[in-house]
Amino acid sequence: MQIIASGLIFGCIYALAALGLVLIFKTTEVANFAHGEMAMITTFISYVFLSKYGFPYLAALGLALLFALVFGIVVYVLVMKRVQSAPHLNQVVLTLGLFMIFNGLAGLKWGYQPTSFPEAFHGDPFKLGSIFISTNEIFTVGLTLVLMLLFFLLFRFTKAGLGMRAASQDIMASELMGIKVSGVFMGAWAIGTALGGIAGMMTAPVTFLSPNMMGEVLIIAFAGAVLGGFNSLPGAVIGGLIVGVFENLVSYYVAPELKIVFTFLLIVVVLYIRPQGIFGGAKIVKKV
Amino acid sequence: MKQLFTNRKPWLFLLVLLFLAYPFIVGQSVYLISIFVMVCVYAITAMALDLLIGFGGQVSIGHAGFLSVGGYTVAILTTKLGLPFLLVLPLSGVITGIIGLLIGLPAVRLSGNFLAVVSLGFGLSIPQIALNWDSLTGGYSGLPLARPEWLSNDSQFIYVIILMTVVIIWILHNIVKSRLGRAFVAIRESEVAAQATGINVPLYKTLMFVISAFFTGIAGGLYGYWIGFVSPNDFSVFTSFLLLGMIVIGGLASIPGAIIGAIIFTVLPELTKSLIGLTNIIIGIAIVGIILFRPNGLISLLEMFRIKKPSKKVMDEQEVYLSDLEQGGAARDANV
Repeated sequence: MQIIASGLIFGCIYALAALGLVLIFKTTEVANFAHGEMAMITTFISYVFLSKYGFPYLAALGLALLFALVFGIVVYVLVMKRVQSAPHLNQVVLTLGLFMIFNGLAGLKWGYQPTSFPEAFHGDPFKLGSIFISTNEIFTVGLTLVLMLLFFLLFRFTKAGLGMRAASQDIMASELMGIKVSGVFMGAWAIGTALGGIAGMMTAPVTFLSPNMMGEVLIIAFAGAVLGGFNSLPGAVIGGLIVGVFENLVSYYVAPELKIVFTFLLIVVVLYIRPQGIFGGAKIVKKV
Repeated sequence: MKQLFTNRKPWLFLLVLLFLAYPFIVGQSVYLISIFVMVCVYAITAMALDLLIGFGGQVSIGHAGFLSVGGYTVAILTTKLGLPFLLVLPLSGVITGIIGLLIGLPAVRLSGNFLAVVSLGFGLSIPQIALNWDSLTGGYSGLPLARPEWLSNDSQFIYVIILMTVVIIWILHNIVKSRLGRAFVAIRESEVAAQATGINVPLYKTLMFVISAFFTGIAGGLYGYWIGFVSPNDFSVFTSFLLLGMIVIGGLASIPGAIIGAIIFTVLPELTKSLIGLTNIIIGIAIVGIILFRPNGLISLLEMFRIKKPSKKVMDEQEVYLSDLEQGGAARDANV
């Protein structure tokens, strides 16, 4: 039970990162490989607020998220907007280029020495049924669930969500219908980056703060998103949770070093049975 | 004059000549020769990857895994079984090809991001497996291997590498031009249409993976022999990203493009080595800049130069057609 519970908690972090990835992909059709590095930079910014200026945790979190929103918009306007209609591979390689730039810049600015990062809430873990859980972990789980619900409602019932869904289906048609596509895309990048930033701040207490801290998290989040279908927000969360639990089970019962191997084995098996992911929906070829 | 530019054969010949002359030009400098060898290894890998991505349209972000498999195959077969060089090098390709078949089989059903993640997982798993399978791979400390006596000198072995590179360029060039290559391009353009024209899509997709893995394995084998040592850290996911960068920067679906990309990405880190910490930033800026301003890769510079006039005409005509449509076309003429 304890293993599954801690797997779920780590799965929540993957789910948060995957949520941002899927949000960006669902609207702009760009698989953002720089997502983890952008989250890492946001986390560093919040650390600067925390340690240098001595802000309380929640204020630092808010300011860092504000930074993330602006950061996402800047990246979109300066770089991604120009390749909106380019081939997908070009976009992927471009985000890989951004990945290297951000990683290098962070290393230059803050160094590669891992530093510790505070948790949102302190306090000893308490017993809930047969499992031990800390306040911080409850906070992580709660935040994930709230955010997931929020975005699900946003996509389903608001005008902005409708615009996002329309823009992802056909850029030209939605522009003709009066949707400001570049505004919608900008919003997706801003929110996606902020979600990544939250995931980064949840990761940092566990993995320590360093420019390379998000590498593995991003890869697993990507795997979780794909498992969920890469196109569905609940799918991203459930995929992230599945991967988190599975990974924890493997590291307990088999070997902690082999968790990535087994995780990807699981994904290969799942995708072989369902090539469009668990929540992917039917695959339709529109144009021949 | 024009024929010289449009005919590719002289260029290929020149390239071969340059490859052969290079060791003489740089003399006996070990540093330059080792850079040159890495260019060859990456050029072979980039071309093999280009066959898969550029021509076949199947994304793989795990090709460094195949390089590792090739390197380990060579090391294990030489040290544990004591097989001769001439048998081991082709075997490194064959065994990697078999691994490619195993990856290619599930990949047949996947596309786009799903395929990317599966291949990424493969690229991540190989170093982990190598690290943990102590009895076979030597674990963390890696495996040493020795070249046969008649190739023990670096300046002798470099000719083997040059020969292999040229032969592989020639083979891949012919594959691309053949029935096989046309089938790959057809699958890239549209799987449905390819199927309808009678191409066995699953077979050709698997074949694509096997061929690509085969040549990458040979490149890995050459690397293993050159360094004389293989370890789990030789080729990481980062290498896979770089390989992807190479073919996009050089120009997709173009063999010279892949070679140009390989040269740039091998030489650039060496040039920026003295600026500690800046290497990643410079490579990143190069990638971003080239994709923003030359989306078809550096090879498009050459092509632009080659067929300047006709393409401009076509562009003009299209522009007229488009602007007519945009402003209402026939409806505007009729004052509707």
